Amino acid sequence: MPSLERVEIKKVTKRFGGERALAGVTMELAAGSMCALLGHNGAGKTTLLGILSTLTRADSGSVAYRAGDKPVTGAAVRREIGMLAHASLCYAELSARENLAFFASLYDLDAGRATLDAMLDRVGLDPKARDRAARTYSRGMLQRLALARALLTRPSLLLLDEPFTGLDRGGAISLGGELGALRDQGAIVVVVTHDLEAIAGRTDHVAILRRGQLVFEDRGSYDYEQLKDLYHSHAN
Amino acid sequence: MTVIGQALRVAGKDLRIELRSREILYTMAFFGALLAVVDAFVFPANAKLARAAAPGMLWVAIAFAGTIGLGRAFDRERENDTMRALLLTPVPRLAVFLGKAAAMTVLVLSVSLVCVPLLSLLLDVPLVEHPPLALALLLGAIGFSVTGSVFSAALLKVRSRDVLLPVILYPLLIPLFVAGTSATAALLEIPRNDDKLWYWIGFLGIYDLAFLVVSVWIFESMVIE
Amino acid sequence: MNRYLVPICASLGAIGFVLTIWMIFNSTPTQVDYQTDEGHVFLSGSSLFFNQKIFYYHVPHAFMLFAAVATSGIASILFLTKRVQKWDDIALATAEVAAVFGAVVLVTGSIWAKVAWDRWWIWEKRLTMSLLLWLTLIGYVLVRRFAGASADRLASGMAVFAMITLPFIYFMVGADDSHPQAGPDGNVATQDPRMRPTFYLSVLTFLLWFVALAAARIRGVRMEREVRELRERGLDAGVLA
Repeated sequence: MPSLERVEIKKVTKRFGGERALAGVTMELAAGSMCALLGHNGAGKTTLLGILSTLTRADSGSVAYRAGDKPVTGAAVRREIGMLAHASLCYAELSARENLAFFASLYDLDAGRATLDAMLDRVGLDPKARDRAARTYSRGMLQRLALARALLTRPSLLLLDEPFTGLDRGGAISLGGELGALRDQGAIVVVVTHDLEAIAGRTDHVAILRRGQLVFEDRGSYDYEQLKDLYHSHAN
Repeated sequence: MTVIGQALRVAGKDLRIELRSREILYTMAFFGALLAVVDAFVFPANAKLARAAAPGMLWVAIAFAGTIGLGRAFDRERENDTMRALLLTPVPRLAVFLGKAAAMTVLVLSVSLVCVPLLSLLLDVPLVEHPPLALALLLGAIGFSVTGSVFSAALLKVRSRDVLLPVILYPLLIPLFVAGTSATAALLEIPRNDDKLWYWIGFLGIYDLAFLVVSVWIFESMVIE
Repeated sequence: MNRYLVPICASLGAIGFVLTIWMIFNSTPTQVDYQTDEGHVFLSGSSLFFNQKIFYYHVPHAFMLFAAVATSGIASILFLTKRVQKWDDIALATAEVAAVFGAVVLVTGSIWAKVAWDRWWIWEKRLTMSLLLWLTLIGYVLVRRFAGASADRLASGMAVFAMITLPFIYFMVGADDSHPQAGPDGNVATQDPRMRPTFYLSVLTFLLWFVALAAARIRGVRMEREVRELRERGLDAGVLA
């Protein structure tokens, strides 16, 4: 399976109804980097993430996914995408094991109990809860399950939409650490968040959107104070 | 894995969730039964009238209960944004669509399993004695579920989806319900009107085929924003 | 689109209105049918007299209804496959115009029916088809208004399904067609040559009227978007707050 090495976003625009969501965004994402996508509500972050995830079609412009020098398209791109959002993307009526087994089967992956349990061990989901319906889980447990679901497919493009919402400080920091580790293994990580503390010091690429336009982009690591300053001077 | 296999997995998942909570089945079936009882009150003693009205009642009950079921079934995919998860898998969108539609067909059919005997009993109309009715109901359920799934999926992110679903669906499905009603009425004629029956069953078959083809073609562009 | 299109079509249409009204009441025959019975001549029961004249409005509107629906359906398919805004503008504008024309068809048809069949409505093939088509159009307009950002996709999907529903409605209502044809009761333009000029002028008038309405609506939709884009540009440049 070719893992994605670069994503090139070129002059992407998108309108919903008449409302402008993106007005010509151009940027590039590279393997082994973690990009923080910042901006106010309605700035176009989620729309950009939707376009990256292939579930939203850009009105104009293009997004090219590359592995080596070869372009990757369609289902092959989707196979490489891992998505983590505020919602768990798991079925509340099914248990953790059933959720993972179902998604593993759709990805044509080994859905054996040992594989699934190894993944649940990795995210630290309580073994006693694994056969209970996900509806009974706490917010933190759900987020662990969601992370397990996202990592199960060994994605090389991780898209995160407000993954820290509702987590306590400890949970947010440990999720942040997990994402950093994935970046180090060579994944492309894109995170949309308001929680600057959880990502401070971990990102090496910052992009700030304002009213559908890319107003700031820089490759470099920033600590919490620097991120806060950047955000305030560019997002408003 | 083939598209059919993948579709079956999606459908299996839906039915498994439904069997666990039985929410849609119970509420749909109860609603269908209520409609049958209300109908029985509307046409009380007159046996001739009941016989003439029973086919219409049956299909109206299926249409109404089916719409409720559709709304709830797709609400479930909305709750934790699981529709996004499904569309993100490398599985072709065709398989996702076929799976959802197949699960919905099963639900609609189980509602008719409640409505048919009940109407038969309450109105004293011999509906259960005619096996071809099962075929008409199956074709009706397929047509309803296929069209319903396309629009329910596209309506997921729309706030007024509960109101808009019937507004969109009913004008498009009137020929289906008229055909179903006419086929059922043909069964009840004395003697049974086989020419009419098979004309309408054929009509339902062609209707399903046409709607299935368009649905398959349109589904992806309807769910991708 | 040429900016003279709307004024030209509208003014030609206006002239057409005046002309057709005059011609309808002055140069077309009043429908009178005679029966002869044992040497006595008297009026037949099917005679519509002046009521027949509604034909000159009813039929052209029906023509335009189907033309508008077909345009909207094709534009919707093009929009769904290409996602170019232009096609959606055309689909929306023609569907709205079709809803208005459809209302005229149903009302004029109903007036005719009351005189011809002494019923406001009968469940006859073409009536049922027009009614269902019109209901779909109303649904379409409702979706456009209330479905938010997904409205364009949903509405186009509806239009595509509506197009394939039409033949089924046709077969659904059965073979008996009591709708006036070029039959012995004579009310279609092919029957009496004196009716033809007026009828064709009516069709032309309403075609111009249809083009004017649709073009104006398309321009309205476009201008709305241009205003919004200008405002966005103003906001971007910091000129507007």
